[in-house]
Amino acid sequence: MSEELNTPGYEIPPEMQGQVAITTLDKIYNWGRRSSLWPLMFGLACCGIEMICTAASRFDFARFGMEVMRPSPRQSDVMIVSGTVTKKMIPQIVRLYNQMPEPKYVVAMGACASGGGPFKEGYNVVSGVDKYIPVDVYIPGCPPTPQALLNGLIALQKKIDKQSIKEVRWYQKEPIEAIPIPVLGPDIMDPREYASIREYAQGKLESESSSAAVPAEEAA
Amino acid sequence: MSELTTIVENTLETRFPEVVVRDERKGYEGFIIQAEKLVEVVTKLRDDFGYDYLSSVTGVDYLPEGKMEVVYHLYKSTGGSALVLKAQTPREVASVPSLVPVYPGAELQEREAWDLYGIHFEGHPDLRRILMWEGFHGHPMRKDWQEAYYEEDSKPYKSRWPDGEVWRSEDKNTFHKNVDYPAGFDPETWVPDGDASLYAGLGRVVKPGNGGGLGTEQVVVNMGPQHPSTHGVFRMVVTLDGETITALKPVMGYLHRNHEKIGERNTFLQNMPFTDRLDYLSSMSNNFGYALAVEKLMGVKPPERAEYLRVIMAEFTRISNHIWAIGFLLNDLGAYFTPMLYAVEERELILDIFEAVSGSRMMCNYFRFGGVARDLPEGVYEKIRKLVYDRLPRKIDELDLYLTNNEILRSRGEGVGILTPDQAIAYSASGPLLRASGVPYDIRRADPYSIYERFDFDVAVRYHGDIYDRYMIRLDEVRQSLRILQQAVRDMPEGPIQEGKPQYQVRVPPGEAYGRVEGPKGELGYYVISNGKPNPWRYHVRAPSFVNLTPLEIMCVGNKVADSVAILGSIDIVLGETDR
Ligand code: SF4
Repeated sequence: MSEELNTPGYEIPPEMQGQVAITTLDKIYNWGRRSSLWPLMFGLACCGIEMICTAASRFDFARFGMEVMRPSPRQSDVMIVSGTVTKKMIPQIVRLYNQMPEPKYVVAMGACASGGGPFKEGYNVVSGVDKYIPVDVYIPGCPPTPQALLNGLIALQKKIDKQSIKEVRWYQKEPIEAIPIPVLGPDIMDPREYASIREYAQGKLESESSSAAVPAEEAA
Repeated sequence: MSELTTIVENTLETRFPEVVVRDERKGYEGFIIQAEKLVEVVTKLRDDFGYDYLSSVTGVDYLPEGKMEVVYHLYKSTGGSALVLKAQTPREVASVPSLVPVYPGAELQEREAWDLYGIHFEGHPDLRRILMWEGFHGHPMRKDWQEAYYEEDSKPYKSRWPDGEVWRSEDKNTFHKNVDYPAGFDPETWVPDGDASLYAGLGRVVKPGNGGGLGTEQVVVNMGPQHPSTHGVFRMVVTLDGETITALKPVMGYLHRNHEKIGERNTFLQNMPFTDRLDYLSSMSNNFGYALAVEKLMGVKPPERAEYLRVIMAEFTRISNHIWAIGFLLNDLGAYFTPMLYAVEERELILDIFEAVSGSRMMCNYFRFGGVARDLPEGVYEKIRKLVYDRLPRKIDELDLYLTNNEILRSRGEGVGILTPDQAIAYSASGPLLRASGVPYDIRRADPYSIYERFDFDVAVRYHGDIYDRYMIRLDEVRQSLRILQQAVRDMPEGPIQEGKPQYQVRVPPGEAYGRVEGPKGELGYYVISNGKPNPWRYHVRAPSFVNLTPLEIMCVGNKVADSVAILGSIDIVLGETDR
């Protein structure tokens, strides 16, 4: 680890090696963050069970600094969306996401969270959590094995390693806007889409009434 | 059908002429009862004939005939086969009397039928939607209700097979999402129900303090759907007086994945992997129940070796489920994660076996109609032998030694969350929940299926009906499962594992069947109706985790709020099955 940190490209005089470390701010910042990712304790469905197994005796993701699962979003860094996202649940998921402080990451674990999975066609199923919140890493599988989850989390660590303190969104001037919470209407509604929903429903009404009108005219 | 049932049936017809008629449709059983007389007939059945246990209530939409049917499966808590009753009602104004006054266990199931089918249950105390939210458009299980990604009524879809192409449903939807809105809907004027109707049923009163004591106000507390204690996305809404629970409502549907709707579009075999995902901790027993139901319709029986393999897998599932449940119960009591780690270690060994035979740790998809998918690979038999004769018995004793006399478990478990035997039966509790209340009802004995008659084992039963007994009974059951496993491993014959040729498209004759197994969580039943097509006309899952939540309120009221967490843990639910 120290070797990895300690290669910024400056020569360290031999007598000081092992006592002094020269590194870049980005490296030490990212190293600290990626080595203590605290996941949100949040199991949605079957994939959640494999997540628990990953945390438990055999696979143990404490080895990667992730054993501190927090039940509160305010204390967590990464949301592992482990399971089927339903329309009834998505308002809560968006709310939890908004409550997590920056820097925050989202891992979509399994087919369901990534794109709807086996239940995609269901009337209460969201076709992937990325329809509502941004996702950093997708992990395929149904359910992904614990090894696959670990691999996904390592991919997330690599992603963190590439970030730069100059560019990360949480240090920019503009405030970060919260994602509007979807509303449970006759179907799930994104508040940003109200105008197009109305347009669609109006269009449907018109086409229905015009198609209903055709046989009436024919009869006449 | 046993002689006794036949006697009951004959008397039924003579006692209630015209009201009760035999269901003469081909492949159907039971009786059709005039809806208005339903309550009268079932009360008689319960009081005079001993049919005191209402197992399953479900709706069926007979769209071509313009009828809705509500199907009831009644049992005796002393054992025996089912009495199937049906009440018919016109589709457009579907309404039947509620059975909640006779069998309180009907409460949640009737709400489900209302939610999904729009069948109104006259006299139901709290008829609200249960899996979907208040305000959702339509009743989605109706045959003419189409989801946003609707393509065709049944699979395989022509667009995909035999010469289809790959495309994403999102691309065909206006919003590129799985949504659809009714014509003329205006979101600006929409007022979401929120939880108004839910809270309305809870009641909040302010009690003035008497004689200078402190006045208390009742508060409503929401636990879940994101709460570490609720084992997934379950939600409890409790009213508290101080710390004491005065009312509790379970709220579910946060993992409602439309299992049944999808199941009715799927072909029969396509449903098998979906059943894995019901109770995702025990996929093997889920397969078992579904295979039994469809085999009943098809009239096939698996060969000997397959029967033994099925029993072995189902009992392993029970063990892995129970030790997981015990670990989690201890979690809920505050022994955070340590007992869990012990349980997971053993469970992993069982999962290794599942992975070896089926290719997947959790989603085994192992059963086929008339057999199982694969035989044991090389070396697995030895592994199983070692596990059931040596390792598991040792480890169960170890768990017993560490936990059973634990001070915390005893003081928080004994006498808390009591369910009496009468209540347990009336509220349709099943599985360990029922048996911990002193009712020795185990389907493997009460209405045997597969080859369970051959094995020597005891039905575990405990008598206090509290959290502690529900913990103890799981240990007992694991020991009994080990006994069954040891016999099964010893006696398993060589031979084929599949009756006939394995088929993708099975031919299922028209009719109805109810296949039920004693799952680790309780009675898991599948109600399947075939109309001779490649897809089931009706596919219903009677999920133990769902029905076992009906008595949650009566177990919790009067206890402290912290106990509700432990009581829920002692029921042992899995949300995939609760919400389906
Ligand atoms: S991806 Fe598969 S295992 Fe994971 S939640 Fe979805 S159905 Fe369950």
